Amino acid sequence: MGALLKRDILIAIRSGGGALTGVLFFLVVVILFPFAIGPDTGTLARLGPAILWIGALLASLLGLDRLFAQDREDGSLDLIVMQAHPMALTIFVKAAAHWLVTGLPLVLAAPLFGIMLNMEPIAIAATVTTLAIGTPAIAFIGTVGAAVSVKLPRGGLLISVLVLPLVIPVLIFGVAATIGALEEPAPFTAPFLLLCAVTLFTAVLGPLAAGYMLRHSAD
Amino acid sequence: MKLTVKNLCVNRAGRRIVSAVSFSLRAGEALVVTGPNGSGKSTLLRAVAGLLPIADGNATLEGCEDDPLREHCHYLGHQNGLKPALTARENLDFWQHFLGSPDSSAKEAFEQLDLSHALDLPVGYLSAGQQRRVAIARLLMTKKAIWIVDEPTTGLDKASAKLFTGIAKSYCASGGILIAATHLPLGIGKTKSLELAPHKGVPA
Repeated sequence: MGALLKRDILIAIRSGGGALTGVLFFLVVVILFPFAIGPDTGTLARLGPAILWIGALLASLLGLDRLFAQDREDGSLDLIVMQAHPMALTIFVKAAAHWLVTGLPLVLAAPLFGIMLNMEPIAIAATVTTLAIGTPAIAFIGTVGAAVSVKLPRGGLLISVLVLPLVIPVLIFGVAATIGALEEPAPFTAPFLLLCAVTLFTAVLGPLAAGYMLRHSAD
Repeated sequence: MKLTVKNLCVNRAGRRIVSAVSFSLRAGEALVVTGPNGSGKSTLLRAVAGLLPIADGNATLEGCEDDPLREHCHYLGHQNGLKPALTARENLDFWQHFLGSPDSSAKEAFEQLDLSHALDLPVGYLSAGQQRRVAIARLLMTKKAIWIVDEPTTGLDKASAKLFTGIAKSYCASGGILIAATHLPLGIGKTKSLELAPHKGVPA
């Protein structure tokens, strides 16, 4: 399984562009908000966590359509499906590699974008922490969408439509925990733990569902 | 070790493409599947490799009934299963780790296929025939009881096709079971053969 992780990361680095495109897309989304809601720095700072979360969420969807489609086109998926390894574990590793090369750069870029939105250091820290814990869940849920649309020539849009409703809980708890860390009456621990739970839950259920789908959608 | 395929039927898109095919192969035997385009050669091979659901009948490997047959098969289909961004060596090292039970090193496999000079080139830079040879080298990297190869010599020149013949021969001599779909004779000596008739597209 280590070999699979290494291969997927290496391919992403060699073919290049994936991580950078995601970060640039994230940047563009963040920049759009001041244009839409006005340049008032107070408003921007207050909405900052939500803006960063929505931007990161949308940017995480990019590249999901290639998760299995690429392996299917060159015949690797056949060989992967044939092996004795549990399919769920294989997909978990693929999702982890995908997050490391696309999700992690978004988390690392978030503080910079937070400064652009005039956010307080504590707000930036809280957002980055919740993003680091929440974005893997998007990758795990994304495996299901990627598995469903693996045979479609243009699956990208379908994946977004399938995956976005499912990641709403991640968004709710992620933003709620961030706000909980900033404003007094709002609780931090409860939404934060729920966010962790969602990630753990999807880490198991997503790869299981996607694995079942890939094994039974052979053609 | 004996592979038995009994009354195998496979449907695709509601049509019976392979109907009631039976054969059995002992260790060291090879089967050449022939037939016109669209007669179901690839479908049969993919079904034996566990990549297509079997509608009726069964395929079993004696002595290994507990695990699915696909785990004992090497499959070389129309696509090579190689990543253009990685070098040939990286591709093969990955498959060796992922498929388990190493047999020979990338270097040995490459020497057998006369590819040593291409070992550290990205696969995307290689010609179609060279890529095919890298894919064939994958079969040598790990030991599996059955090789299922679909048009293995596509894109190969005469010398390389001969190399493949030699590799297939020594694989059978070492007790391997080989199933090949091909239009050209493999030239590996005595083989069983199975000719598929063009199917009439009977609804399943």
